Amino acid sequence: MAEQRMGFFTDTTVCIGCKACEVACKEWNDVPDDGFVFRATSYDNTGSLGASTWRHVAFVEQDGRWLMMSDVCKHCTHAACLDVCPTGALFRTEFDTVVVQPDVCNGCGYCVPACPYGVIDRREDDGRAWKCTLCYDRLRGGMEPACAKACPTKSIQFGPLDELRERAQERVERLHAEGMTDARLYGESPDNGVGGTGAFFLLMDEPETYGLPPDPVVTTRDLPAMWRWAGGAALALAAGVAVCFAGRKP
Amino acid sequence: MPKGQGEVVPEAPFRSYYGQPVVKQPIWHEPHMPTYLYLGGMSGAASAMAAVARLTGHERLELAARTAAFAGGTAGAAFLVAELGRPMRFLNMLRVFKPSSPMSVGSWTLAAQGGLTSVAMGSAVTGVLPVVGDAATLASGLSGVAMATYTAVLLADTAVPAWHEAMRELPFLFAGSALASAGAAVMLTTPRALAGPARAAAVAGAVTEVVAGEVMERRLGMLGEPYRKGRAGTLMRASRALTLGGGLLATVAGRSRTLTALSGLAITAGALCTRFGVLEAGRVSARDPKYTVVPQRDRLDAGAPAHVPGR
Ligand code: SF4
Ligand code: SF4
Repeated sequence: MAEQRMGFFTDTTVCIGCKACEVACKEWNDVPDDGFVFRATSYDNTGSLGASTWRHVAFVEQDGRWLMMSDVCKHCTHAACLDVCPTGALFRTEFDTVVVQPDVCNGCGYCVPACPYGVIDRREDDGRAWKCTLCYDRLRGGMEPACAKACPTKSIQFGPLDELRERAQERVERLHAEGMTDARLYGESPDNGVGGTGAFFLLMDEPETYGLPPDPVVTTRDLPAMWRWAGGAALALAAGVAVCFAGRKP
Repeated sequence: MPKGQGEVVPEAPFRSYYGQPVVKQPIWHEPHMPTYLYLGGMSGAASAMAAVARLTGHERLELAARTAAFAGGTAGAAFLVAELGRPMRFLNMLRVFKPSSPMSVGSWTLAAQGGLTSVAMGSAVTGVLPVVGDAATLASGLSGVAMATYTAVLLADTAVPAWHEAMRELPFLFAGSALASAGAAVMLTTPRALAGPARAAAVAGAVTEVVAGEVMERRLGMLGEPYRKGRAGTLMRASRALTLGGGLLATVAGRSRTLTALSGLAITAGALCTRFGVLEAGRVSARDPKYTVVPQRDRLDAGAPAHVPGR
């Protein structure tokens, strides 16, 4: 394990929607074409994160202002995708990021509906699940992720998570002092439903406006309760079968 | 803001990104996944019946139950493998055992169920090693009840709103449906005079399935909607009608072959409708951001945000 957890701080207030991150990610990671869709709702032509869209720039046009935000896998502290993966294809790296091993994934698809952020998806032609690796190969080579490197406004910042959290806190306070009281951090708190995210954001509106869940929770938090209910049903089933035979002579 | 059609209750206001989904829909296909859920459940409950039949000396019924358990387990496994993006890598499921993954627990359960029911069947057919066959039948009673209920955890352990929040009732819905299906399969393949316990199982299972489904939809409140609307609603209503009808018929099915056949087929069709309906309701609840955003927003507004205790 590296001593430090690495992550992203995406400050949406300085994002200009140039999509350099989307392009750099595709180039570096050799991510296939995700299809050109003219959505007729905004400048967004990738729509959402998916198997072949690992950075997604959201465009929200509001009265008097435009919100732009480069979304990415959150690299959750308690990652549902990783918890539920039956093959061990998803694993936690020495940088405390969450990565799929394509040579192990058998395409069971379970991680896809498990992610509370709708990030990971399966490529139908290739049959395996794909998502942001936080440029695991670059990190191992001592480089920063391609998207952070390419971002011309430093909207995407990469670094040790502790430092990013401090920097983000200062940034929010400064924005508040400047009268931008809408500014808020999203995902950084270790007390949230996923134990804090390794990639967190500074937003200017409610998370759902950007297509983010307002209060996500790692589904496996409730797994012990689920097994208890299922155990109860299994016992009831056994008892029920026994009762059906009771008092009946063969 | 997207509006539902024919709403009686006004839609809860919520915000979203152009009405796009927040979470991804389950990518499991039809008919593979729902058919697997049906076959696995039927096989599991049939194993439980075979084990009890063995203990109580219902030999003819035991043979029918062993057969149903074997057939369901084998066919179910084939559907599950076909569902994978990389079927050749099915065995990767068995390279680790991960208690945090219901899919992993389920793969091992299915492997046990498939193995035990194959041994039990093989021994019954060939007459070789009857003691081993009997032991496998008894053991498959245990893997069977796990098999019939783990699938509820498989669905509930996702971010799909209509599944996750149904974690309490889904196991009973599936267990009831499994019991009814196994009762139906066994009564269809056992001489009427010897099929009494199978008919009883069909009735008990049908009642449990219908009651659990009703309780679930009511308790879920807004998240019960996906089970009532559209194609999922049609499937769930068809399931209830077929299961209730089949269950009622099962009470008198001892009187004739026709009644037995009608009852068994209605229950089987009902159980299949349940699985297809639950899958579809899950999809709908994932596709419409309302079902993800509104409950989470309510939690925040109530000052009770989610957190992960003790982890
Ligand atoms: S955001 Fe989703 S895909 Fe990314 S680590 Fe968290 S659960 Fe996994
Ligand atoms: S699709 Fe691949 S990465 Fe996702 S849960 Fe299945 S095996 Fe794991």
